[in-house]
Amino acid sequence: MHKILKKERIGPNLNKFVIEAPLVPRNYQPGQFVILKVDEVGERIPITIAEADKDKGTITIFVQEVGKTTYKLGELKAGDSIFDVVGPLGHPAKVEKIGTVVTIGGGVGTAIVYPETKAFKEAGNYVISIIGFKNKDHVILEEEMRKCSDELYILTDDGSYGKKGFTTDELQELENAGRKMDLVIAIGPAIMMKKVSEMTKQYNVKTIVSLNSTMMDATGMCGGCRVEVDGETKFACVDGPEFDGHKVNFDLLIKRLSTYEKQEKEALNSYKNCKIEK
Amino acid sequence: MGDKKQKALREPMPKQKVKERIKNFNEVALGYTEEQARKEAERCLQCPKPLCVKGCPVDINIPEFIKLIVEGKYIEAANKIKEDDILPRMTGRVCPQEDQCEAQCVLGLKGNPIAIGRLERFVSDYEASNSEIQVPAILAKKNKKVAVVGSGPAGLTVAADCARMGYEVKIFEALHKPGGVLAYGIPEFRLPKEIVGREVETLKKMGVELECNVIIGKTITVKQLFEEGYDAIFLGLGAGLPRFLGVEGENLLGIYSANEFLTRINLMKAYKFPEYDTPINVGKKVAVVGGGNVAMDSARSAIRLGAKEVHIVYRRSRQEMPARDEEIENAEEEGVIFDLLVNPVEFTGDEKGWVKAIRLIKMELGEPDDSGRRRPVPIKGSEFVYDVDTVVVAIGQKANPILLDATPGIKKNKWGYIDADGETGKTSMKGVFAGGDIVTGEATVIAAMGAGRKAARAIDEYLKNGKW
Repeated sequence: MHKILKKERIGPNLNKFVIEAPLVPRNYQPGQFVILKVDEVGERIPITIAEADKDKGTITIFVQEVGKTTYKLGELKAGDSIFDVVGPLGHPAKVEKIGTVVTIGGGVGTAIVYPETKAFKEAGNYVISIIGFKNKDHVILEEEMRKCSDELYILTDDGSYGKKGFTTDELQELENAGRKMDLVIAIGPAIMMKKVSEMTKQYNVKTIVSLNSTMMDATGMCGGCRVEVDGETKFACVDGPEFDGHKVNFDLLIKRLSTYEKQEKEALNSYKNCKIEK
Repeated sequence: MGDKKQKALREPMPKQKVKERIKNFNEVALGYTEEQARKEAERCLQCPKPLCVKGCPVDINIPEFIKLIVEGKYIEAANKIKEDDILPRMTGRVCPQEDQCEAQCVLGLKGNPIAIGRLERFVSDYEASNSEIQVPAILAKKNKKVAVVGSGPAGLTVAADCARMGYEVKIFEALHKPGGVLAYGIPEFRLPKEIVGREVETLKKMGVELECNVIIGKTITVKQLFEEGYDAIFLGLGAGLPRFLGVEGENLLGIYSANEFLTRINLMKAYKFPEYDTPINVGKKVAVVGGGNVAMDSARSAIRLGAKEVHIVYRRSRQEMPARDEEIENAEEEGVIFDLLVNPVEFTGDEKGWVKAIRLIKMELGEPDDSGRRRPVPIKGSEFVYDVDTVVVAIGQKANPILLDATPGIKKNKWGYIDADGETGKTSMKGVFAGGDIVTGEATVIAAMGAGRKAARAIDEYLKNGKW
């Protein structure tokens, strides 16, 4: 059992949790994730660790409500407990000093790119961050990102905050302005990572993406998270989650993410109806 | 004469009726009645030099426990088995007795060996339902700590044996429930999970600590375990990385590894969706690739989940199938169709990425390969296609990389498994032992238990004299 120490509603359908997980921070490095299972009947879902506090034995996660599991999580309050939390999982991000690093966060992906942005800044890089959201209400981690970025660009789809447009638009502007880019890290919806990778491939800028494929055990045992990288099958959980964006077959990833679309809808609807009846 | 003839035959195992069992996940084999067990036990010749014991990987005193059944001393019989096999309710169910103890039984010459496994199951079930959990005698505390990584059959055996010897034992399990393959792999209809639960309870009563949700190599490293004061570490990780065929279209939607398919069902209870949150997709027509017990488990699970037509696709003939005869028969009874001497060459899908069809090629058997089985060779121009909407790939495992990548000091063999001594389980790293599938590659529950038993003895030896 893992007690929720803090829960904050930080945007529409977006929650921040600080959870007791005494074993997780010890070996944690940016880029890694946990698997959590909300209750006895719950499914196992991967969530990236945004922060880990070794002294307090806690982790911070950001969870967007998209399906039954994440809605169930959203119902929990400080003092409630999550059944199972296991990690840290996956290979950590390769953080090194290489010059100018552009980190791109899309939506809740910003919470994942944030610890890496911090790590690249601490490693002595010049960090340019681009974060994009649906609208003003969805903007998260602005202050945190500003602190660890040399330049920060915020975009919203509708222009209600920051510039109007997508993260790729800003990336294009940087390129047009002839800005030096040694590495791009893009984390967000699969479609965003695809677009960024297509763009940077033309500019020949190395690009790292973090793949959010469907996982169960996340220890390499099931192979449900398999993705195609450079024509080879890889397991996102043990070979990733980070891969060279120029080599990822995003179309396959996007298709595979829809594997349980039908059941996810069914589960969410019956969950919501059940709430209304209560 | 009639009675004598009757006596020559094995007591049949009562089973759930096919029509009913394909609609539920309850255990198929119902177990002997007391009367049946007595009758079967009375057939035993009590050979002065019993061959059956030689066929047992853990040397159970088989004639002795069978004699106790004849005398009606069932609990004593169960305890006799437990001297050598701490998990008799499981091994009585899942051991390949027909290749081990029963293969050696002299009565087998006439095709009717003593049903040793069924008797083992009877007494251990009897003991479980007629007595409290019994904690075996534990030797004086030795003030040394043993860490056991993995709570499958190897790990449970090492933990029990080391605890009995007086060591302080803690098991670390990566998943949220203990049991390893017993929990996630073998279906409820072959091994009820209640049994795994009770065995784990027994260990806890023996003073063994168990912590789930700890991945050694990630959450805690091997080095950190030593730093925390563990004097010896046993690695019973299981193989744990599914093999795929490597053919075109294998990442289409609806194609599962057997590990994923069975774990969703057994551990996550996807068959109770939406009461349980984990979903699974089982279409009308399912192809299961492989010929082992895992393939049978997958095929039979698919039937229970409502598939109309389930095919086993196997590249050799029925004779070479590694699955137990009993499981092949169960699968046949339940309507599984066997496509033998065929191998998938391609999967094709629809525009949304879902698997639609499987392309197969016919095979013929050539010269024997390393395994001694005749090698299947494709027949040119024999390809054919049929529609499927779900595929389960059950062709075995590779070594899981997590712990081994994090612990370069542990040597691997040429197949990528841990290079450990067959008699002691000693690895190339001082204080670290290993056993079970992570050493041998995919094998049986009882083989893993046998390796665990040997490793426990070697751990005791090492902790006494410090010699490596």
